[in-house]
Amino acid sequence: MTKLFSIRRWMQLFGDFDQFLAGMRTTLIVALLGLLIALALGILFGVLSSVKIKILPWIARIYVEFFQNTPLVVQVFFYSFGLPFIGVRIPDLMVGILGVGLYHGAYIAEVVRSGIEAVPKGQVEAAESQGFGHIQVMGYIVLPQTLKITLPPLTNQAMNLVKNTSVLAMIAGMDIMYYAKSWAGNNGFFYQGYLSAGLLYFILCFPLTKLTAWLEQKAKQVPSQKKINNGMEADV
Amino acid sequence: MIKIENLNKYFGNLHVLKDIDLHVKSGEKLVIIGPSGSGKSTLIRCMNYLEEPSSGTVYVDNQELTRKNKTQMAKSTSAMVFQQFNLYPHMTVLKNLTLAPVKLQKIPADKAKEIAMEYLIRVGLADKAEEYPHTLSGGQQQRVAIARALTTRQKIILFDEPTSALDPEMVQEVLDVMIGLSKENITMVCVTHEMGFARQVADRVIFMDEGKIIETGTPEHFFKNPENERTKIFLSKILH
Ligand SMILES: Nc1ncnc2c1ncn2[C@@H]1O[C@H](COP(=O)(O)OP(=O)(O)OP(=O)(O)O)[C@@H](O)[C@H]1O
Ligand SMILES: [Mg+2]
Repeated sequence: MTKLFSIRRWMQLFGDFDQFLAGMRTTLIVALLGLLIALALGILFGVLSSVKIKILPWIARIYVEFFQNTPLVVQVFFYSFGLPFIGVRIPDLMVGILGVGLYHGAYIAEVVRSGIEAVPKGQVEAAESQGFGHIQVMGYIVLPQTLKITLPPLTNQAMNLVKNTSVLAMIAGMDIMYYAKSWAGNNGFFYQGYLSAGLLYFILCFPLTKLTAWLEQKAKQVPSQKKINNGMEADV
Repeated sequence: MIKIENLNKYFGNLHVLKDIDLHVKSGEKLVIIGPSGSGKSTLIRCMNYLEEPSSGTVYVDNQELTRKNKTQMAKSTSAMVFQQFNLYPHMTVLKNLTLAPVKLQKIPADKAKEIAMEYLIRVGLADKAEEYPHTLSGGQQQRVAIARALTTRQKIILFDEPTSALDPEMVQEVLDVMIGLSKENITMVCVTHEMGFARQVADRVIFMDEGKIIETGTPEHFFKNPENERTKIFLSKILH
């Protein structure tokens, strides 16, 4: 306990806090760009899952199953240590962005797919009976409703994505967790180092959790739509 | 207006429509009756290609209906009203009515709105134009759905059990709208068990059983002297 409450150790931490802030910056960049990639992939493969041309849902299925059923750490190690063997070198920052992007893209694809399926088929038929083609049915009828129902699980995914950027620390990715680990290791001040890391992640994630809850509350007020699953957990 | 030749439909191994031949004339009001599972919905859904025939041909307005032209034909020739209303829940009543005219038929927005209001007045729901569908009763939603089918001014309207999902006290308000509609030169095909309605508007009633049309006649024929044994049994169940 004396170690935890040592004033000297905390002073040292505040002195070196710029390292943690640098880590926070990396984490934020990786999280934001990773989220953009995840959203783009998720929407693309989610929509492909519900297309009638058989080959496209198949491709989406392979992507989703592959990235959901292997650990994120393994995927990231592969980009970082495996790809160089075949002559592909990716900067660490990019590894982080691609890592969480591809991984969470698979989860978001599932969220989008179930969001599309949650729109009752009768509405699609009504639109078809009026003469709307597939793309128009998607654009005017299905996706606007999908967006509404998928917002809570999507923010939940964003939160998980932020937490999962901490996998970068394992490949020296200069993120929050990396600086916390190296600072704690160099000084031997583990309480201070990891508590600060936890706090910084909390600051990033807590608002997203609140936002998810708020959106879920709001979604409940719209009747006549089926519920969908809240995007499976996606922690390392 | 609708000509069906040798139509067969399978769902997997299930033979749902068996060699159906049917000719619906322009302006005719046709009522389809029959027990549950006899293929009524499947038949009417083949008329706008919501179901794809396994074999046989459907001609609509003198054109063969195909996978290629189904969207075009839906846009220009037929409209449908469903048992479950199927309004677009994220749009106001008015937007439900103007979507197709504006996006598909390229009618200017204010003109489409004007037409939509005309039809809302006709179904007695002008005051609901800015409401969302879920705030309306079942009967009101179905009247909106009928108005939506009318705004595109098609030659054919298909109804698949439009009153079956409604509470009894709301059935008549919907039937009244349909009776009003039957005075026009529009072609109506209607799956329904409302024999009172059939008697009032139908030029012809067909009775389906196990994927076949087994009796055809005027409404009076079905009330007074149905011939087929299964027709009699069915009618005795729905007419009390
Ligand atoms: N998409 C489908 N896939 C498989 N079987 C189906 C499908 N649609 C209908 N069927 C089957 O085809 C048969 C005829 O169905 P259909 O809906 O045309 O009957 P219906 O006369 O409209 O009955 P109801 O009065 O209950 O509406 C039924 O046995 C039904 O289970
Ligand atoms: Mg039916």
